[in-house]
Amino acid sequence: MAEFNTHILVCGGTGCKASQADLLKTNLTKRIIDHGLHEQVQVLQTGCFGFCEKGPIVKIQPDNTFYVSVEPEDANEIVDEHILKGRKVERLLYKDPKTEEKVGDSKHMDFYKKQVRIALRNCGFINPENIEEYIGNDGYAALGKCLESYSPKEVIDLIKKSGLRGRGGGGFPTGLKWEITHNVAGDEKFVVCNADEGDPGAFMDRSILEGDPHSVIEAMAICGYCIGASKGLVYIRAEYPLAIQRLKIALEQAKEYGLLGPEILGSAFNFEIEIRYGAGAFVCGEETALIHSMEGKRGEPTFKPPFPSESGYMGKPTNVNNVETFANIPPIINKGADWFASIGTEKSKGTKVFALAGKINNVGLIEVPMGITLREVIYDIGGGIKDGKEFKAVQTGGPSGGCLTIDFLDTPIDYDNLIAAGSMMGSGGMIVMDEDDCMVSIAKFYLEFTLDESCGKCTPCRIGNKRLHEILVKITEGKGTSEDIDKLRMLSHVIKDTSLCGLGQTSPNPILSTLDNFLHEYEAHVEHQSCPAGQCKALMQYVIEDEKCTGCTLCFRNCPVGAISGEKRSPHYIDQKLCIKCGVCFEKCKFDAIKIA
Amino acid sequence: MKKIKLNIDNKTLEVPKGTTILDAASVVGIDIPTLCHMKLHDMNIENKPGGCRVCVVEVKGRRNLAPACCTEVAEGMEISTHSMRAVNARRTVLELILSDHPSDCLVCAKSGKCDLQEMAQNMGIREIHYQGAQSHYREDTSPAIIRELDKCILCRRCETMCNKVQSVGVLSTINRGFEAVVSPAFEMNLDHSVCTYCGQCVAVCPTGALTEVDETGAVIRALSDPSKTVIVQTAPAVRAALGEEFEMEAGTLVTGKMVSALRRLGFDYVFDTDFAADLTIMEEGTELLNRLGKYLGGDKNVKMPILTSCCPAWVKFFEHQFPELKDIPSTARSPQQMFGAIAKTYFADKIEVKRENLVVVSIMPCVAKKYESSRDEFAVNGNPDVDYALTTRELASLINISNIDFKSLPEEDFDQPLGESTGAAVIFGTTGGVIEAAVRTAYEIQTGKSLPRLDFEELRGMEGLRKATIDFDGTPINIGIAHGLGNARQLLEQIKAGESEFHAIEIMSCPGGCIGGGGQPYHHGDVEILKKRQKAIYSEDKNKTLRKSHENPHIQKLYEEFLGAPMSEKAHHLLHTKYFDRS
Amino acid sequence: MTKIKLADKAVELIKGICAQFNNQESELINVLHQVQHKLGYLPAEVQEVIAKELNMSVAKVYGVVTFYSFFTMLPQGQHPISICMGTACYVRGAEKVLHEFKRQLGIEVGQTSVDGRFSLSCLRCVGACGLAPVVLVGEKVYGRVSPQQVAKIIAEYQEACVNPQTA
Repeated sequence: MAEFNTHILVCGGTGCKASQADLLKTNLTKRIIDHGLHEQVQVLQTGCFGFCEKGPIVKIQPDNTFYVSVEPEDANEIVDEHILKGRKVERLLYKDPKTEEKVGDSKHMDFYKKQVRIALRNCGFINPENIEEYIGNDGYAALGKCLESYSPKEVIDLIKKSGLRGRGGGGFPTGLKWEITHNVAGDEKFVVCNADEGDPGAFMDRSILEGDPHSVIEAMAICGYCIGASKGLVYIRAEYPLAIQRLKIALEQAKEYGLLGPEILGSAFNFEIEIRYGAGAFVCGEETALIHSMEGKRGEPTFKPPFPSESGYMGKPTNVNNVETFANIPPIINKGADWFASIGTEKSKGTKVFALAGKINNVGLIEVPMGITLREVIYDIGGGIKDGKEFKAVQTGGPSGGCLTIDFLDTPIDYDNLIAAGSMMGSGGMIVMDEDDCMVSIAKFYLEFTLDESCGKCTPCRIGNKRLHEILVKITEGKGTSEDIDKLRMLSHVIKDTSLCGLGQTSPNPILSTLDNFLHEYEAHVEHQSCPAGQCKALMQYVIEDEKCTGCTLCFRNCPVGAISGEKRSPHYIDQKLCIKCGVCFEKCKFDAIKIA
Repeated sequence: MKKIKLNIDNKTLEVPKGTTILDAASVVGIDIPTLCHMKLHDMNIENKPGGCRVCVVEVKGRRNLAPACCTEVAEGMEISTHSMRAVNARRTVLELILSDHPSDCLVCAKSGKCDLQEMAQNMGIREIHYQGAQSHYREDTSPAIIRELDKCILCRRCETMCNKVQSVGVLSTINRGFEAVVSPAFEMNLDHSVCTYCGQCVAVCPTGALTEVDETGAVIRALSDPSKTVIVQTAPAVRAALGEEFEMEAGTLVTGKMVSALRRLGFDYVFDTDFAADLTIMEEGTELLNRLGKYLGGDKNVKMPILTSCCPAWVKFFEHQFPELKDIPSTARSPQQMFGAIAKTYFADKIEVKRENLVVVSIMPCVAKKYESSRDEFAVNGNPDVDYALTTRELASLINISNIDFKSLPEEDFDQPLGESTGAAVIFGTTGGVIEAAVRTAYEIQTGKSLPRLDFEELRGMEGLRKATIDFDGTPINIGIAHGLGNARQLLEQIKAGESEFHAIEIMSCPGGCIGGGGQPYHHGDVEILKKRQKAIYSEDKNKTLRKSHENPHIQKLYEEFLGAPMSEKAHHLLHTKYFDRS
Repeated sequence: MTKIKLADKAVELIKGICAQFNNQESELINVLHQVQHKLGYLPAEVQEVIAKELNMSVAKVYGVVTFYSFFTMLPQGQHPISICMGTACYVRGAEKVLHEFKRQLGIEVGQTSVDGRFSLSCLRCVGACGLAPVVLVGEKVYGRVSPQQVAKIIAEYQEACVNPQTA
């Protein structure tokens, strides 16, 4: 990077790419060349900046200017004004919603102020397709250090001491997992990276692979060195083409640089990595199912023990960690266990990446120290609830997790507190809900997901979840009874208690947690056939207010089922028996005469 | 081996390391219910998906309940198999299974023998609290097996039998979640698949999802038709198992009672498939000696080894999977089909009944025999040599329908001439029996000497693959035995690779041979039952005066009067067959 | 099930892909990915060839194909439309968008329109939660889609395939 004095970083995450970030980068590059500045200014595509809400993002280094919602047409202005004349393009700067002031330096943005970036350290800073940039930022130093100065046992002890726990959901201590696999005798062992990110609404693993693939490769090699494996496999969702492409490029480059392959860095350690593709099965996030899938079989989980550490891929000892866990490894080795352990809470060390989404102003990917409160995440980083609505709950842990209410806003977030609050860390999805969200429908949404994704092997998950879903449908249609609420609770407990794998064991969590925190919403559906959030279609009615209706017949003409009748220029009427609640009349009416009751 | 001390339901015990909670509990007389779990001890057959979850127990200190079938014991474990939590969970899981299962027990083929029904009864299920949508699938009727998948509980025993044990690979779990079910590829019917109809899936299905095609109605109709002469043949393995259907101890030989029951059912003649088994030995034994003689004489055109061909599932197996080897098995038809061919020619002439008016029914331990009897090559002008092949279970049902108190029946003898048989024919019913019978005859014909001993212990047993060398008066003959098609596959692969050391190989599709056939009374996973049936077969052999097929006087007479000699042209026409490439 | 006859070229292609993975049974999923990528879908006849090449039972291949939602046995429309049903999209109204697509195309999820132009499917989180609700048409991502925009999106592709002879 030495020869350039200015870098224009364009976000190359999936969100920004969907908003024409590629064309933007082309335009920027072209303008730079037009001005003959290509010797001094480099235009780079980086990984995700995390601030997806306002994408595409352009950041200019070294002054940290952060442009948001940049369109391809803005390229010329950025180059002409900012690069040539040194004047920031005011209109593209981020406006702080609290102070209404433009923020010139990303360091001063609330979104970034409270973040601590370890796993995402390079995302948005380096070109993920250039290994030299990774190396320039301490890349592969940790691997070198391990191979040169540490025995496998010493590295394991260091990881153990750091307190790093698995970031994929379970929170199992990573160092201990490595130690167990290290201690199992075996002629051949495997390191597996679980990149089958399946939680709907979580995309941190994808961003890491897209933005900093070498950090995962380096960590896998370190893991291989520790447990005695010479082969690694990355199991990645086929739905992540960009991540796959960048990972492939990174693997090639690492091989070229002798950082993968035989006798790495002149040591006796050999390591290579292969890619395996998922094919759309959430249950494959479970490690035994993942292993079966890699072996070309149906991704059904099997009973543990034996754990993969004893009998995993092809029956050999296998260590499975997820992407984010691996991304934490090199910094721990470079900066030391004590440094890492100084961040976070007593039992949850370091940081966690969350995908912040839902009814929140700043949707995006954030990395925060363990122990931060929900209030800080939602109001400081997230910029509060969208459209000034009332906060209702935040769902964490995806389909395995639960909802946290306003009562938990000041609880420090870590593995144990989330479980105590009836939710879980999961892979880090954080979906914010407001007053318009019906919690019964949310529970139903997650059950639908589980139902779709259950492998069907064990009875409680296969049939039990179906029954839970049926009861929820009944309730959202206003046909539920109070007995149904009891059944939901009883059946949920049995499913948790008897299911074969983590999917079934946690699938009723969204129900139990909404029952605990929002029982009154269930009761409203059951006792009064009403949905407090006005979400449940079957329970709402579109009615025309006589005094506002002008008889323009627009609704009548647009109703797809002929449920609306009335004379021209006199109030119209909706036949509730025919109405399918599609909402077309509501949207078409120009006089605000149609109300939802 | 290291011992583990633990406590189950307040009983302290010690078991070897590696024991499951299920097995440990049985040591102290605790019978934890299971549905999907199945283990045929000593036969290397196990189905342990841990999927049904009815065997869950409470282990102190554990977050969730543990499936007893796949959880290994650990030092100091404290287990409760009937705590309120465990019982409630188990009952709920069972109710969930029942909520996705038709409640047509009264008219289900499996009623009274259904593991699910019995469990619901034992657990006192009186109401299903969680009702909802049920899965529906198309019913599939093949020549031998009916698949009624609405009744499938996804225990996957059939999948294990079809793939791991039989290596046939017709069945797989398909789809996922609530739609998951066990099915052939593309949800096609079995008759579009490579299914051998061995019926091992039927034998292990805990519910009525897999059953045999029921032909009892057709047989009753034939019996009540005055224009028909209806004769019956009974396979050797049937007599060693039929008693189980009438609460008799496994291994009770009920030959005499069976004959008398058949007579009471109205069969005009009660014959024995054993007669045809003796005939099979004459043909197959001669074929073996011919081929062996040429082979040992240096004839390069002769292929070795010779393989037995009495098992129809095995025949269909190699037609699909090893068509290139279809010249190797003996061309001799199975005893069932030899019987049918002789009955509808030699015997029909004798009693002066036209072929069309003679109905041949066979009682078989097998469901594949239904398919075999329907093969085109075993019919003359559309009239099959064997009209109906009933399973042992169907015979029991027929006896019950006809108000016959089986246990109190007198013992009667088979009719002649097709009822006479030797001990060699009886042992066709177990693995190793056919080859032992063949050895007894081939030895004497080949060497011209009388056998010094008749019991070839080296050919007997329950191991899936066995081999022995028999000294034919100076010529060592290498014999291989396989039961279970997965084991057979190994021998076939060897032959294909030109590495087979054998001169003759006996293959039976079902584990244990015909005594473990798909049409036998359900063993519910108890391998001891199979062993008792085997013992009964060998004792019947031992008690026979004649124990070598070529000594059967009625067989000798049949050759004199009708066939001429073994492998004669007439014998070829009636008693031999050819195989087809079905790949 | 209607039988289709595979072109010799297709058979050769499948065989080639299997050979590329050393005809190993454990590579089944990789093989299925590649074949679907080339042929667009995995009809029964294709699975039969794969089973034979990998020396495994067709039932097992079918068991795997029906387990993973990524694999399809039906030909997709010229423009496959996928609605993201991840949580972020769901709470921002993806269901209404899906409903509108169903209504306008007259097909259910998993079906293809009669003219073969569009097929409709749901998928879980494409990771563009900032743009929720998200719709994919082919590889193109549409962000912040409202039910009102559905007609416009469909029209974009209908115009693109107007038949010059009838236009």
